[in-house]
Amino acid sequence: MPTRKVPGVLASFVHIDAACDAIRSLQGKGRRDFTVYSAAPNHEIEEALGITNSPVRLFTLFGGLIGCAAGFGMTIWMSRDWPLLVGGKPIAPIPPYVVMAFELTVLIGAFSTVAGMMFLAMRDGTPGLAYDPAFSDDRIGIFVPAGADQAGTLAELLRSAGATEVRHDA
Amino acid sequence: MAATVHHAQTHADVTRDVVATLGTPGRGYNLMLAAAVSAFLIGAGTFVMLLKDGLGLAGYSPPVMWSVYITTFVFWVGIGHAGTLISAILFLFRSPWRTAVYRATEAMTVFAVMTAGLFPIIHIGRQWFFYWLLPYPNSRWLWPNFKSPLIWDVFAISTYLTVSTTFLVVGLVPDVGAARDKMTGWRKQVYSMFAFGWKGTQHQWRHYTRAYLYLAALATPLVLSVHSVVSWDFAMSIVPGWHGTIFAPYFVAGAIYSGVGMVLTLLIPLRKALKLEHMITEYHFDNLCKLTLLTGSILFYAYAMEYFVAWYSGNTFEQTTFWRRAFGPQWWAGWTMIICNAFVSQLFWFRKVRTNLTALFVISIFINIGMWFERWVIIASSMANDFDPWAWQVPVPTWADWGILLGSFGWFGMYFLLFARTFPVVAIQEIKEMIPMPRKGGAH
Repeated sequence: MPTRKVPGVLASFVHIDAACDAIRSLQGKGRRDFTVYSAAPNHEIEEALGITNSPVRLFTLFGGLIGCAAGFGMTIWMSRDWPLLVGGKPIAPIPPYVVMAFELTVLIGAFSTVAGMMFLAMRDGTPGLAYDPAFSDDRIGIFVPAGADQAGTLAELLRSAGATEVRHDA
Repeated sequence: MAATVHHAQTHADVTRDVVATLGTPGRGYNLMLAAAVSAFLIGAGTFVMLLKDGLGLAGYSPPVMWSVYITTFVFWVGIGHAGTLISAILFLFRSPWRTAVYRATEAMTVFAVMTAGLFPIIHIGRQWFFYWLLPYPNSRWLWPNFKSPLIWDVFAISTYLTVSTTFLVVGLVPDVGAARDKMTGWRKQVYSMFAFGWKGTQHQWRHYTRAYLYLAALATPLVLSVHSVVSWDFAMSIVPGWHGTIFAPYFVAGAIYSGVGMVLTLLIPLRKALKLEHMITEYHFDNLCKLTLLTGSILFYAYAMEYFVAWYSGNTFEQTTFWRRAFGPQWWAGWTMIICNAFVSQLFWFRKVRTNLTALFVISIFINIGMWFERWVIIASSMANDFDPWAWQVPVPTWADWGILLGSFGWFGMYFLLFARTFPVVAIQEIKEMIPMPRKGGAH
């Protein structure tokens, strides 16, 4: 089933400061629901948007902890499941099992980081927003969801901030 | 900054130049690919013969039961170290010079570790039982022995391959998105699939940049651990020449040295073939050489220390092994290793050498040869001169050894070349991050 398009105004910017001005103007009008596109992460845009740290680190932390526990748990349990006593040495010694615990910490930590990133990006994103291929090249895009009644005012606001191109996607 | 992004002055330049590498390949590229596929086919044919007739073809004979295959395994694992070092560790250190070269080196890592992963399977003899290495119980419900460094190695290499591949794929997503937006027809469809819906929204960047940072943080200790674990395959035993406490740092330094050597071998022709001379510049090669010099000097120290410890230990077996490395029947292998690794790398003290690409390419070949011989000397010569002098042998590789070795280069080269034409080999997004965006009034 095709994704339903979200009606709104799509503006394209060449200049970074113009895009940041537009973001601040939209925020000044009480808008928080707009989407900014850029070809690379940019600190000025992040500051203008007031972006906070991503919770993806919690996925990394818990994934790593689960991996560490799984590494020790697997090796200790498997050693004890069929105890072979060799030369009076411990059945389940910890130092050699640190290797397995370390590897699984990294492995599960990496997987959960990627899973967390995908989950959070999908949770925060909205499907069906207008997009322009120039945004992955050298333009900054701002999409503001809006009906036909608000489109004119928003287009004017974005143009006055310095947008080089503004279009209304119904 | 100007040195890192030479002539690609705008974001549009970067996209255009990198996406241009994904076009129809030229004659030189096709010839290189044909050579790689041919080499791979020779290796595949040799492997079929090994399956049919067994490891006797490979000249395995007691006491040398680890020979060319394990040597080549360690060689390729080592090659796989430079990529993640450059992409992860230098990312955490915010080294700007990594940006233009890290994608190619990361791809090199993944394909080198993929190549390395074939060798334990080739080496075990009954290759169809390779799954016995996985942690599941045998028919008597006995689990794998987790105290064995060989099992550590299985975990270390599989984790390294998986995490390096994940890191490569995650890094590629925004760039594949940029390539998708420049493509048409069926190629657009294919790139759209691999872009995973990437649009570069503030939400995507917010989570992506942090996830990338944490992946780098996880990959960093992994780089240092993998070759340490590989070194323990040897150091945990009591074979003279293997039982050394310096093996982990010695192997890690050697791995990075050989990896950077291979990066030089690959990047010098690649930048020309893909017309990326303005992006991968002298500045990058200069820094790669400094890294080679550092790791080569650590190797120099490790080689000297190995001989010193053998002498100082007073252990006859250890002393004999090292004496035979330098003056025994395979003295030429021992000296190839020392000259190519310890001495050749010292040429990088000179800036003129570091900035001469022809010299760099030749030196990089010496590094590759030297590092293969290092593993040969450590593995085969130590086994050949075990505790019982009556059993000593001079290991001689057979056609089956050379066939598989050649095949491994073909297998690696084939994947690398296909990657270089299919995906952006220079990180579009990270280079753009370094170029200031235009401001109103024309200022940057």
